[in-house]
Amino acid sequence: MREAASSALILAVTMNFLALGTSNLKACIRAAALQGLFVSAFPLLFTPAPSLRLLGLVIVAGIVKAVVIPGMLTRALREVHIRHEMEPYLGLVPSVLLLAAGTGATTLFASRLPLLPAHRDLLVVPVALSTLFAGFLLLTTRRKAISQVTGYLILENGIFVFAQLLHEAMPTLVEVGVLLDLLVGIFVMGIVMNHIQREFGSLDTERLAELRD
Amino acid sequence: MLLLALIVVPLLAALAASVTPSEKAAPLIVAGTAVLHLIGSLAVRSGDATFGGWFQVDALGHLILDVVSLLFTLCALYGVEYLRLRKERANRVFCVCLLTFLSMATAITVAQHLAVVWVAVEGATLSTAILIYFNHNARSLEAAWKYLMIGSVGIALALLGSLFVAYAALHGASGDESLLFGALLEHAGGLSRPWLRAGFVLLLVGYGTKMGLAPMHTWKPDAYGEAPGIIGALLAGGMTNCAFLALLRVYRVMQAAGEGAFARELFLALGLLSMGVAAAFMVGQRDFKRMLAYSSVEHMGILVVGIGAGGVAVPGALLHVINNSLTKVVLFLSAGNIHRAYGSKTIDAVSGAFRRVPLSAVLFLAGFLAITGSPPFGPFISEFTILVGAMKGHLFVTAALFLFFLVVIFIGMGSTVLAVVQGPIPPAGNATDFRDSLWKTAPMLAALAMVVIMGIWIPGAVFELVLEAAKSLEGAS
Repeated sequence: MREAASSALILAVTMNFLALGTSNLKACIRAAALQGLFVSAFPLLFTPAPSLRLLGLVIVAGIVKAVVIPGMLTRALREVHIRHEMEPYLGLVPSVLLLAAGTGATTLFASRLPLLPAHRDLLVVPVALSTLFAGFLLLTTRRKAISQVTGYLILENGIFVFAQLLHEAMPTLVEVGVLLDLLVGIFVMGIVMNHIQREFGSLDTERLAELRD
Repeated sequence: MLLLALIVVPLLAALAASVTPSEKAAPLIVAGTAVLHLIGSLAVRSGDATFGGWFQVDALGHLILDVVSLLFTLCALYGVEYLRLRKERANRVFCVCLLTFLSMATAITVAQHLAVVWVAVEGATLSTAILIYFNHNARSLEAAWKYLMIGSVGIALALLGSLFVAYAALHGASGDESLLFGALLEHAGGLSRPWLRAGFVLLLVGYGTKMGLAPMHTWKPDAYGEAPGIIGALLAGGMTNCAFLALLRVYRVMQAAGEGAFARELFLALGLLSMGVAAAFMVGQRDFKRMLAYSSVEHMGILVVGIGAGGVAVPGALLHVINNSLTKVVLFLSAGNIHRAYGSKTIDAVSGAFRRVPLSAVLFLAGFLAITGSPPFGPFISEFTILVGAMKGHLFVTAALFLFFLVVIFIGMGSTVLAVVQGPIPPAGNATDFRDSLWKTAPMLAALAMVVIMGIWIPGAVFELVLEAAKSLEGAS
């Protein structure tokens, strides 16, 4: 089972590269949705006898991460008739290279953090940190609001992976944190995206560049 | 009971405001709730607890609670008149969000649990994002979007930081996994150091984003520039102080774990960087609301420099929390009045405010003198105390930079403020018929009076509360 858990995590990291390496917005959202599926499945693979509570969290998180939010983003994409991320602040190749370097650096950093015996040999910390970094890159280097929200979704996936180390000991903390952050954050972002679209007739945050010094 | 009421009553009032049939009634509900909340905040005693210790009043929380409640009350009283002027906008959502913010801010000040603090900060962030969008135009939408994106990343990092601290407790030798601050302090020695350190850095970045410390301050000029003055005051004097308190609570745990020096170094670095960034952007700033945003970045920097310097700078920083908040009420509300009177907020179109809105202009000028640390206003005392603390701690480079930035900011801010208040009224025609009135200036006059009192003679009860709160921040290390 632990091998399967590690495989899920490795697949999740692969999705980081896919999401960051494509200019096709639909592919980017799909990568994030698949990653949502992998990280939601991970706790079931890593816990020998999952409790009903964990099962509930996994199902809710899975539906939100892999179906609801990607669906919302895909619909927004259709409505504004855009397909590609145009002229990101940082090109696709440099951002993938940066992600590769970042993944290496987080792996080094993670090796300095001591883990409980039950959590060793699982790659959780490096995967969580590098996914966080991938989300952050997507969020800061892309112009389209949809890419930015996808970046936030990926960032949340990273936190979700790490939170699983704590679910057994502090289930409430993990559930409240993960679900509140995800649901409320993206819900409000969805509303604002809607307003942006109505105000500007597009979802290009480049138009949100009037305010500066 | 009273403690629970302070959190719940604003929520009930928000419910009432959302269903009230009359648009005129909602601002009155906000003002009434604010006054009740202030009375209640002053009446709670340290030690009052509810929900099995999740919420408990201590000196530090009580201090911030009183400041936030006072600030909210002043803003709410101003808001009644302000929203009467803004009849063209529906105000129901605005009032509901104001009251939700009050409830969440209260929860932050009395929460004694790492995760409860985080949930309340999240709630406060979402309600303020909607407040920033009050004007419903392209510019305020841009500001709200940036606030939401940057704020959400900050909140997410704070969540990860909280989880790291939780793992520090899980991995540590103490065997206690409670995330109540009391338990964390008690078992601090047994927390896993690498996790605690990494968690602190994440929390510093996360809550530092909410405070608006450089380099995570980039949402601030946009949000403060585009939101109504009343929201600027609430963010600069309310939200930021709540985030500061959250950091102080984690700092106490760091101290108890023997990592106080590590935390103080980071505080000093971020604080001085914030002051420096603020100084750079305030010189030649033409937009006077954005100027106030950079002033807020500066003063958040001053607060963390005070904590980082230690010694007498700590009570100095806590005094500065009070002084900064009250002065920000004067500055943001008077800037809002001037903005409204001219229909513009850049010094290209605004001059001669002394003639057009004399009372607001005098208050704006007095607020500038106060915030830059001129006697006899309160910030002079608190900034001077922080400086003395830095000197006593032999942090001479810090003290020198601190003074240098204060001087640069005085000059930079002064030239913008003087351009606004002095000179002739510009002839061109986007002037409005807005004029000063008692209700539009009374809350500012009250705040300014308190700033003067804090500069001449600090009331005994305030002084004792500050000293007690400072004592809880003096660790062994």
